[in-house]
Amino acid sequence: MEVRSGNLSTTMPMATVRPIVPQSRLVSATQTMTSSVDAKMLVRSLDFYYGQRQALFQVALTVRTHSVTSFIGPSGCGKSTLLRCLNRMNDLVEGARAVGRVELDGTDIYDLDIDVTDLRKRVGMVFQKSNPFPKSIYDNVAYGPRLHGTKDKRRLDELVQNSLQGAGLWEEVKDRLQQSALGLSGGQQQRLCIARALAVQPEVILMDEPCSALDPIATGKIEELIYKLKDIYTVVIVTHNMQQAARVSDQCGFFLMGELVEFGDTKTIFTTPRDKRTEDYITGRFG
Amino acid sequence: MKGFWRGGELFVWMTASGVAISLLMVGGMLALIMVNGLGQFWPATLQQATLKTQEIVIGQVMGQEVIPNSVTPDAPTGQLRFRYRVGNRDVFGSEYRWVNGADIVSTSIPRDLTFVERREWGPAYGRISAVAEDGATTGKDGSTWSEIVALVEQANRLRGRIEHLERDEIGAINHHLEKARLERHALMLDGQLSPREAEEDRRLLDQIAALEKEYRAKTVTLEQLHNEAGRKGLQLTLSNGRLMPLSLEQIVAVSRPNEMSWIEKLLAYIHNLWLFVSSEPREANTEGGIFPAIFGTVLMVFLMTIAVMPFGVMAAVYLREYAKQGPLVRLVRIAVNNLAGVPSIVFGVFGLAFFVYALGGTIDQLLFPEALPNPTFGTGGILWASLTLALLTVPVVIVATEEGLSAVPRDFREGSVGLGATKFETIRHVILPCALPGILTGLILAMARAAGEVAPLMLTGVVKLAPALPLDEYLPFLHLDRKFMHLGFHIYDVGFQSPNVEAAKPMVYMTTLILILVVVLLNLAAVMLRNRLRKRFAMSAV
Repeated sequence: MEVRSGNLSTTMPMATVRPIVPQSRLVSATQTMTSSVDAKMLVRSLDFYYGQRQALFQVALTVRTHSVTSFIGPSGCGKSTLLRCLNRMNDLVEGARAVGRVELDGTDIYDLDIDVTDLRKRVGMVFQKSNPFPKSIYDNVAYGPRLHGTKDKRRLDELVQNSLQGAGLWEEVKDRLQQSALGLSGGQQQRLCIARALAVQPEVILMDEPCSALDPIATGKIEELIYKLKDIYTVVIVTHNMQQAARVSDQCGFFLMGELVEFGDTKTIFTTPRDKRTEDYITGRFG
Repeated sequence: MKGFWRGGELFVWMTASGVAISLLMVGGMLALIMVNGLGQFWPATLQQATLKTQEIVIGQVMGQEVIPNSVTPDAPTGQLRFRYRVGNRDVFGSEYRWVNGADIVSTSIPRDLTFVERREWGPAYGRISAVAEDGATTGKDGSTWSEIVALVEQANRLRGRIEHLERDEIGAINHHLEKARLERHALMLDGQLSPREAEEDRRLLDQIAALEKEYRAKTVTLEQLHNEAGRKGLQLTLSNGRLMPLSLEQIVAVSRPNEMSWIEKLLAYIHNLWLFVSSEPREANTEGGIFPAIFGTVLMVFLMTIAVMPFGVMAAVYLREYAKQGPLVRLVRIAVNNLAGVPSIVFGVFGLAFFVYALGGTIDQLLFPEALPNPTFGTGGILWASLTLALLTVPVVIVATEEGLSAVPRDFREGSVGLGATKFETIRHVILPCALPGILTGLILAMARAAGEVAPLMLTGVVKLAPALPLDEYLPFLHLDRKFMHLGFHIYDVGFQSPNVEAAKPMVYMTTLILILVVVLLNLAAVMLRNRLRKRFAMSAV
């Protein structure tokens, strides 16, 4: 089932982004997809604990390839925790523990022999608060590729340009690549962070409330970008803003108190939710 | 009134006065040091006073005070007495003299009074009455001042040649002789000579003979130069009419400050100041310059920095980034902080016992057996002093680096790890560069502390007078085993261990000023480095 690579070659907008298919992607594409044809990531009966406190209860869902999946819910409902489980960022938290299965292309990422850095390379992340390193714009984007062994100057230049173009930032910064990234505006910084994530050529991009600190115009640009990104990548986004979830996502999950209350097509969730709690939340009766 | 208290008006005043008092104390200290120290190089006016007893006093007026009643109960109150620096310690017994104002009949400032800086016995004041050659005075009063100055300059050039011959040429011969002697000794260490060793030994013997011959030749030249230098001299008439013969070899400089214009005095001042920081001390450190002490201080701080930075930073990275935070790490942290409070002399004792005797003694036995029983590293030296100070300052570096590391935002770590960086890569490429200002703050604090520390150095390698700098032209250039001079110890030595304390007072203040300057300059250098690195890591193009 050569779904991934096939998709890649047909849907790639040649003018803007030309990612190079990495070796790992080809390998993963040959692995058997267990449940459905286009499942990129699978979460199965996942429990998650911060020390004694349980933050997720028996969560199960499927992230489809080349789609945007959004998680919504009130603060503290566990949506960010789940997102951070998908590339094991929670490993950094002391005392955090996950029980259950999270699969990427059929492989359990909590397996003992999994290489976490390789996982995070394949599943990139964009954070709530834009966090460019105190380096130049160029160095920020080139940071990931350099880590993973790209040394050739021309190849790096190309990657940086492609990534910045992919994040829609190229035209704004192409003349000041060597200036500090901290001089960019908030929205530009967030797009730089997206470019930085694209530069390592991930398969999945996780976004943790990427627009919560931005003004409406910058938010609009990022949403547009997310919509374009799904042609090449698989996007999972956590958002507080229900309109945003409705606008950008194909599938949506509603979380409450650590439970996944409802998961399905965004259209269905927002028009005919099955669960009373989902309906109450969406219509603004609580939360 | 209640509003006054609640508004915190008083509090604002208190905090502001806290700042004001601190500034006042620092400013006052600097002012005191500069007033007392900087004056000594100014060519002071020489006064001639005639007393009621017809005695004449020549010297520099150093100060005056109201005579206390207890000293002269019969004299009317409010009378002044003056302190003259009369010089000529060898003749008068003391360099200073109190003269009661009532005893002075008249004072004048004759233009021909001469100040002679001598190599021994401090300054001499008087009038030059004749030029002497080969023991006989010639041209009594015939020599003009410019001729005398030219003579002294000529003598100084000759002295420069003698010093070059003594230190550089004969010094080099001595160095090679000692090396050859040690090599021979090394051949004999096992008690017997193999044929190859015997041949080597003969070669060394020849070399030694050649060197000794060269040495004798140089000594002859030296003798000639000394004779030439001693041939000419000046005759000084002192205030009491006594004639004092002065060989030109004894004279550093002559001047007539009463004749000098303001510009000339300024030039002389700058010249003296330059000599002070660039030349070597004379007369048990109370005269001459302090260059070896400046050099020793700076070099020691550099060596200390090289030793302390890697260890301190690595320890801090482990404590903050890798170690599992728990009671044990807390305990280590408390111990490190307490280490910073241990009295420095304790570090000195440790340095002496561990570095000098244990480590140095072992090194001597393993690497320099041919020199034993003379110790090479088994005695105090600049390496051991630097390491002791590194130990003393490592807590400062650890604490500052830890602060810098903990100030790096969590976002940066997550951002880096999220891109697939390992912990090591994150620390190396993101965290350490971000923490660099904190690390360099630690360096600045460490340098400031190390440059001012004296007690541990006294046990681990500082001396009153070092025969050679730790850095010279002989391999391996940097002699870590050598003893060295240090500004802090120099202050103590000149101020409290010198035979002529009163005359050394301005020297103490000047040395203090230079020490402060050295510390400030080192810190400024570190601050500039911090700013540059900050910029480089923020805008790196590579």
